[in-house]
Amino acid sequence: MAEMLRDLLSEEELLGFYEQMVLCREFEESCAEQYSKGHITGFLHLYTGQEAVAVGCTAGLLPRDYVISAYRDHAQAIVRGADPNKVMAELFGKATGLCKGKGGSMHLFAPELNFMGGYAIVGGNVPIATGLAWASQLLEEDRVTACFFGDGSMNQGTFHESLNWARLWELPVLFICENNFYGIGTEVHRASAQAALHRRTCGYDIPSEKVDGMDAIAMYQATKRAAEWVRERQHPYFIEAVTYRFRGHSMSDPAKYRSSSETEIWRSRDPIPNLSRRLLEQGIATKEQLEEIDKRCLARVEDAVRFASESPWPEDSEVWEDIYV
Amino acid sequence: MSEMTYRDAINLALKEEMRRDTNVVTYGEDVALYEGAFKVTRGLLSEFGELRVRDCPISENTIIGVAVGAAMGGIRPVAELMTVNFALLAMDQIVNHMTKVRYMFGGQTKVPMVIRMPGGGGSQLGAQHSQSLESYFMHCPGMLVAYPATPADAKGLLKSSIRDDNPVIFLEHELLYNSKGEVPEDPEFLVPFGKAAVMRQGEQATLVGYGRMAILALQAAQQLEKEGISCEVVDLRTLAPLDMETVIASVLKTGRAMVIEECWKSAGLGGDIASRIYEGCFDSLLAPVRRISGLDVPMPYSRKIEKLCIPQLEGIVQGVRDLFNESY
Repeated sequence: MAEMLRDLLSEEELLGFYEQMVLCREFEESCAEQYSKGHITGFLHLYTGQEAVAVGCTAGLLPRDYVISAYRDHAQAIVRGADPNKVMAELFGKATGLCKGKGGSMHLFAPELNFMGGYAIVGGNVPIATGLAWASQLLEEDRVTACFFGDGSMNQGTFHESLNWARLWELPVLFICENNFYGIGTEVHRASAQAALHRRTCGYDIPSEKVDGMDAIAMYQATKRAAEWVRERQHPYFIEAVTYRFRGHSMSDPAKYRSSSETEIWRSRDPIPNLSRRLLEQGIATKEQLEEIDKRCLARVEDAVRFASESPWPEDSEVWEDIYV
Repeated sequence: MSEMTYRDAINLALKEEMRRDTNVVTYGEDVALYEGAFKVTRGLLSEFGELRVRDCPISENTIIGVAVGAAMGGIRPVAELMTVNFALLAMDQIVNHMTKVRYMFGGQTKVPMVIRMPGGGGSQLGAQHSQSLESYFMHCPGMLVAYPATPADAKGLLKSSIRDDNPVIFLEHELLYNSKGEVPEDPEFLVPFGKAAVMRQGEQATLVGYGRMAILALQAAQQLEKEGISCEVVDLRTLAPLDMETVIASVLKTGRAMVIEECWKSAGLGGDIASRIYEGCFDSLLAPVRRISGLDVPMPYSRKIEKLCIPQLEGIVQGVRDLFNESY
């Protein structure tokens, strides 16, 4: 028998999951459009297809927990509560951006939300997560640090050093690998001798599990359980979220290394219809209600684009600010 | 004032700051139980306990990454890298992360951390353990770089480093650990960043050094005085920020300048300082600025040829004489 979603979450929460995923999808699609118009420049890595991971995981954490991400970070920041206007303005390079236009797409940061940033060196955020967890433990803050990274990160030295360290020092880190199967164009089995990524943590005595990253509910349940486990035991844990990016690595990547049949299979598992279908089947929402949410998200993103377009550029003097305290 | 070694001065600075602020913690390879490869952290574990003084795995890049995260999370880590040579394994966290997070996040975070690193050559440790990498750190904005020459400065600068809200690279010269000097006992004794010290007043030439090179410059000046050459010695104390004001004021007075750097000459900090001296003193210079540098070679082991690669007292003295002997 199919799982009854009402037994797991309230209707409001379930509709919230749907709304967050749609908001992220619309945001990313709008980014692609703004990139093609030249309003967003530089590197742009879109999250389309992976929404269930950010939405489900974030819902399984507490507001005081730290979240730290990599360079595919728009959705992570927005789901955590960052204002889409400020995120879009950051991508436009405007003074009103989340980081005053100095970070860009890959470097969002919102400390008031305990969103501790997007980092663009593969594997670079993993030791930082370990340090954040150590600080919170020393300061007795009862936080879990949730560290998101891609499958590519797992071949970096920092990943292995950090897992060893977190286990050795007994630090409350929840490592979450978003396995979208490709490090740019290199498929995971061509880069990892053990392609079942969650099995790679056994050398560090860190328990792990594989979760369906196309299912926001599954991600939520796994994260909630894991975060509670980490919080209680002060011991790291590892989740492999199996997911897929519908677009290329970045805007400059047409993703010719994947077959269309592969992409089609994954598109059929799109996390948004995956949830909306169940919401309708189980009578949690009507088609009209979902359409209303879709419209609201689209309007929200249009508003963000308008805000970003109308915002001022940074002053020239800004170039010398924030290097030193 | 009490006389103590450079090593003990650093040790005392750590202890005083850890007593003053419970958020100050220290860790590194063999820092706790073994009390440091150079015994700089002696007595710390027994006084402050294993939560604040910790040994860690040999994982340099993560040593620094953990410090970045811990500093962002509200504590003040003092990480030790066993030697500066191993910093090369951590350059990703130092350059790509530690110096960038504040800027790229629009000033919304800070990274109050210190990396202590013994370094320098002259102990016959071979090519991989004898490097002087100060120019590498000086090149990158976003961090402060201290390189004390005396026990007093070692104490005062380390205390300032720990109290500073910016990331600090704190370089210690292995051959200075046993050097002695008078050190103020006042626990509030601090040496500020960006203030060079005029170690000795002089009239005819300015010798600019840092770390062990400042000590050699001072010895050279003492020797040259006997020959009737009056040298002013400027110890930079911190390489970032760099106190060019003091250097330029001295060169405007003396008209001659020599920069002594232990690092390789190619793209070494001496070239940068020399160019800034030219910019600030061109019309006042009586001779071209001279550089005494480490040779552009990997460090050999044999003592006979190792010393050819590191600035020596005799070479500095002769270099100063040449500033006068040559006609321009």
